Amino acid sequence: MDINNKKATRQSYGEALVELGKINENIVVLDADLAEATKTKLFKEEFPDRFFDMGIAEQDMISTSAGLATCGKIPFATSFAVFATGRAYDQIRNNICYPNLNVKICGTHAGITVGEDGATHQMLEDINIMRGLPNMIVMSPSDDIQTKWAVKEASKIKGPVYIRVARLATPIIYDEKTEFEVGKAVMFGEGKDATIFATGTMVAEALKAKEELEKENIFVRVVDFHTIKPIDKEIIIKCAKETKKLISIEEHNIIGGLGTAISEVLVENYPKNLVRMGMKDCFGKSGNAIKLLEYFKLTSKDIIKIVSQFSD
Amino acid sequence: MLNDIELQNFKNIAHNVRQSIIEMVYNAKSGHPGGSLSITDILTVLYFKEMNIASPDDENRDRLVLSKGHCSTALYAILAEKGFIPKEDLKTFRKIDSYLQGHPDMNKIPGVDMTTGSLGQGLSVSNGMAIAGKLDKKDYRVYCILGDGEIEEGQIWESAMTSAHYKLDNLCVIVDNNNLQIDGKIEEVMNSIPIDKKFESFGFNTIVINGHDYNQILDAFEIAKQTKGKPTAIIAKTIKGKGISYMENKVEWHGKAPNDDEYKLAIQDLMNI
Ligand SMILES: Cc1ncc(C[n+]2csc(CCOP(=O)(O)OP(=O)(O)O)c2C)c(N)n1
Ligand SMILES: [Mg+2]
Repeated sequence: MDINNKKATRQSYGEALVELGKINENIVVLDADLAEATKTKLFKEEFPDRFFDMGIAEQDMISTSAGLATCGKIPFATSFAVFATGRAYDQIRNNICYPNLNVKICGTHAGITVGEDGATHQMLEDINIMRGLPNMIVMSPSDDIQTKWAVKEASKIKGPVYIRVARLATPIIYDEKTEFEVGKAVMFGEGKDATIFATGTMVAEALKAKEELEKENIFVRVVDFHTIKPIDKEIIIKCAKETKKLISIEEHNIIGGLGTAISEVLVENYPKNLVRMGMKDCFGKSGNAIKLLEYFKLTSKDIIKIVSQFSD
Repeated sequence: MLNDIELQNFKNIAHNVRQSIIEMVYNAKSGHPGGSLSITDILTVLYFKEMNIASPDDENRDRLVLSKGHCSTALYAILAEKGFIPKEDLKTFRKIDSYLQGHPDMNKIPGVDMTTGSLGQGLSVSNGMAIAGKLDKKDYRVYCILGDGEIEEGQIWESAMTSAHYKLDNLCVIVDNNNLQIDGKIEEVMNSIPIDKKFESFGFNTIVINGHDYNQILDAFEIAKQTKGKPTAIIAKTIKGKGISYMENKVEWHGKAPNDDEYKLAIQDLMNI
């Protein structure tokens, strides 16, 4: 991972849609007046006939996508994560998940790294509410390469998929040839001192922490959960057995997100303590994205601190 | 104008549908007779004259979204009249081992084009179907039935904007204007009137009709089909509970099942029409 080679996963999302549009003419994209920010504009420019701006009407966007799906289209409904999931929850539940329709929902600008726009725009509960819906698959890719895979993969799944991406440019972690599988997390290293379970933007932070810790002879492994539902049970149990300590980190409320999903697996299969790093049941605030990560203790340094406390 | 034979045919079908509605609600001891009876005549014209449905899964079929999904009994009864579901299955409505769910379920019931039940969403879904039809250059039409209470939902007006913005002339909205919702009269609970002016100002061609007059219903659909470049909204003035004397215009029959005596009376009422 070259920490200076960065791209925002929302950009990757927009680019992936264009690639997908070229190979599958049933792909249609909907947005709610945020095409520039969500990067669906890239698709709009390439395929104007298959792009639908629904105006500032997220509920209408989601239900319209359901109608399109009943006629064989594969809609990608897009907005900021807070509006795409929160504003339109009942529509997602009753028009998409219950009838199990082939609609993909992408929430961009997830988490606090939205930055200056502040708490109203920083979605910290989307994994929670999307994970709780039967039939919904929840993906939270960590970098450019993985996001492009996730978008393509989502189009092959017949049914609802939620894809969570970020505004902030973050390091490109994988090379183009990396292969992923839905529901199978990616493990970095085999360190036995601790496991850091991470998702989205936090994967790069975890990998930075891993490198730093190795210099002090502390060996951790990092697990990248690009899929949060279905959750990769095997890898959680394996890491619980093989490593001394477990940490989860996510740009999401610690209630209901990755940490909770992992806890559920642990409780039923291999009870063990888990330190959940994330937003501690609070809202975000305005500020520079990097400064906010420091403020809310979601950086590699904070991970290092927690891991070091263990080894004391 | 319909000839006498056609007119009698519609009356017979509507009679059967009303009888099925009463039997289903009576057997299930729950359900929504009032709003089902008010859309019976409209559904009769749609399914037995207006809509082209070679089979329930034909990709080119006309589609219907019963956005006011609580009136599932009317839809199931007409689908049974059409032969898409066996008539004897109607007895199982709302029972634990039945596929006839309380609200329409597209994956369980042949002929149901969209799962509904949460009000206010069906027009958006219909728009999606109409847009898909335009993209695929298919000439099917999409019909969407809304309640006059349902249109208090904000999403209805988001979707009304969309229908007009995308010039969905393959879409026809029918508002079942029976003047009642659950808590009382529309005007008293939350006034959605004037409905026609609202849709008109949103860019619809609007037609106000008597929703129990077969000729008026048919004419309105004809005008809708001939209207190009914009969607049509038919505001159908109807009577909630139509056909059952003690249910007509009575708010309490929105979602209630008749007891044994009331059931007998209802069947008698239907004989007399
Ligand atoms: C979103 C939502 N809120 C509330 C309900 C409960 N509900 C079911 S029917 C109804 C009244 C509907 O009135 P109207 O649209 O006029 O229907 P009709 O008179 O034709 O039965 C309500 C509030 C619902 N199904 N969906
Ligand atoms: Mg009503």
